[in-house]
Amino acid sequence: MPLFEAVRLAFQTLRAQKLKSGFSLLGVFVGVTFLIAAWSIVNGMNVYMTEQFAGRLIGVNTFHLRRRPNFTPNISDSTWRAWARRPRITFGDADAVTAAITAPVITAWESSDRVTIEGAGKKILDVEVTGATERYFDIRNLDIANGRAFTAQEVRSGVPVIVLGEEIGLKLFPSRDPIGRQVRIGGQPYRVIGVVAHQGKIFGFSLDRFAVAPARSPVQDLVNPPGIIDALVVKAQSVEAMRAAMVEAEGVMRSRHHLRPRQDNNFVLETSEGVLEFWGGIKRILFFVGPGLVGVALVVGGIVIMNIMLMAVAERTREIGLRKSLGARRRDILRQFLAESTTIAVVGASIGIVTGIGLSFLLDAATPLPAAVSGMSIVLGVIIGGGVGIVAGVYPASRAARLDPITALRQE
Amino acid sequence: MQEFRTGDTPLPDVVILTHKLTREYDMGSETVRALRGVSIQIRKNEYVAVMGPSGSGKSTLMNLVGCLDTPTSGEYWLNAQKVSDLVDDELARIRNKEIGFVFQTFNLLPRADALHNVELPLIYAGLGSKERRARAADALQRVGLGDRMDHRPNELSGGQRQRVAIARALVNNPSILLADEPTGNLDSTTGLEIMALFRELHDSGQTVVMVTHEQDIAAQAARVITLRDGLVATDQLQAA
Repeated sequence: MPLFEAVRLAFQTLRAQKLKSGFSLLGVFVGVTFLIAAWSIVNGMNVYMTEQFAGRLIGVNTFHLRRRPNFTPNISDSTWRAWARRPRITFGDADAVTAAITAPVITAWESSDRVTIEGAGKKILDVEVTGATERYFDIRNLDIANGRAFTAQEVRSGVPVIVLGEEIGLKLFPSRDPIGRQVRIGGQPYRVIGVVAHQGKIFGFSLDRFAVAPARSPVQDLVNPPGIIDALVVKAQSVEAMRAAMVEAEGVMRSRHHLRPRQDNNFVLETSEGVLEFWGGIKRILFFVGPGLVGVALVVGGIVIMNIMLMAVAERTREIGLRKSLGARRRDILRQFLAESTTIAVVGASIGIVTGIGLSFLLDAATPLPAAVSGMSIVLGVIIGGGVGIVAGVYPASRAARLDPITALRQE
Repeated sequence: MQEFRTGDTPLPDVVILTHKLTREYDMGSETVRALRGVSIQIRKNEYVAVMGPSGSGKSTLMNLVGCLDTPTSGEYWLNAQKVSDLVDDELARIRNKEIGFVFQTFNLLPRADALHNVELPLIYAGLGSKERRARAADALQRVGLGDRMDHRPNELSGGQRQRVAIARALVNNPSILLADEPTGNLDSTTGLEIMALFRELHDSGQTVVMVTHEQDIAAQAARVITLRDGLVATDQLQAA
């Protein structure tokens, strides 16, 4: 019997036994749906992480000089305590490093904390307030939508002015222009001079819920002890320039911290690669757990198909006997039942793929999880579906093929 | 008829030749000897009825002649080909090309229409769908069901079902038409119609072998072989 004949027969049987076939589809369907959806989410997060997240948090060709890493997967208590004992980055460190770098770079100081911000009789809790120097906006790619950023002069003299994130501006001054108005942080008044353009969300968290004030303004007292910053941010024009600048910065910091040649750095120079490494760790876990869950679903699906096929063989013993008496060879019967189980699995997988893609789009639209369907997962879905069908069909089909036609024909 | 000895080959017009055919079944502790050495020869275009009480071995003989089973010892020649030592897949090919089965219970596929049921042997013969359809339609025409091709078995009467089964048996132009109690599930009127069809087929040159336990059905055949205890008891020609 030619293959397409077997497949046609399989579809006929499928149509004739809708409920039974439906149940056997279910396992593969669930497995493949999950495969596509989970893969889309991981893939989407991956795209997001590599293209946007890392770039936005750290920046392209940018490194941060910090006391300890900012993005840290599972750190042991002892490491954490060791980090907490490290000397902090001072204004002096920042100035010395900036002076020592020979490549053309732009630098900014950065110190942040979550504080309450008040204005126009309203109060917003838990706002990320940053004390920074004037190039901060350039390095972070924060465009000013309204008003202006603060100047080097304002940073040097610590003028209490402030630039708001879009969300803060809208919440405090919903119907008025915020420029020139006053907000209070920690009891101190600041004059609003600018509002940053819309930044969007990441994993459901608003990127517009922040405010930036000059580093030497009173905000310093809220975010860090006097003379201390969280990070010196250095942005170069190329990867090579960044690497060179990092070497220079490392040298300066080691000498300022009086480190001997064999001693490890007691500071970090963090790049976006570091963040991606952190993400890579999470991704590895997801790519390990995901296939496990998909595997379980597919094994269950395979067992269901195998059972249904064994039932089908038992029910159709007489038909098998008849087909054999009419000249069907063992391989004809084998092929017929294999085609049937594979068709069931592939149909299940196809519905699973469509549902998985739909689910991915739904997740992307309705939840903060970014999802992007991967072509590879679709190919894999089809292959896995077919594979499960063949594997689950082999045993029932070979049982059918081995039936003795006389006994089979005699069965009621 | 000429005596056949081991080592001979059958005469050209002998379709079925069995020589000292035995079949034993292992039933745990004891061995059942269903056939104890059956030697028969059936010529082209003969119409033979095989009779015998239950347990006489007639079903076993039918299974062997139909290539559904292989003998324990002895020879079976079908159309000058020794089939008693063929393996499974070769037997399947013989069943497909040389033998047309008609069963007591029709054995049609319930979900397939008459045309598709008749097509089945041609699928296993590897024919293309156009030729299959044409030949299946011819066969159905031949048994008088040209207007029932798209009917399913449950939309047909018992007699019509058996006609579909006969069309299926004929569609590959087999050397022998092998019928096992073909009227056993039919009322007497319909049974007579089916018997008339067999006679018609025989008159047009078809070799027919029929197992039955009914005397008046056997009376239609030109030759009656009676089995008893796994041996040929009588083998008589009778006037038509």
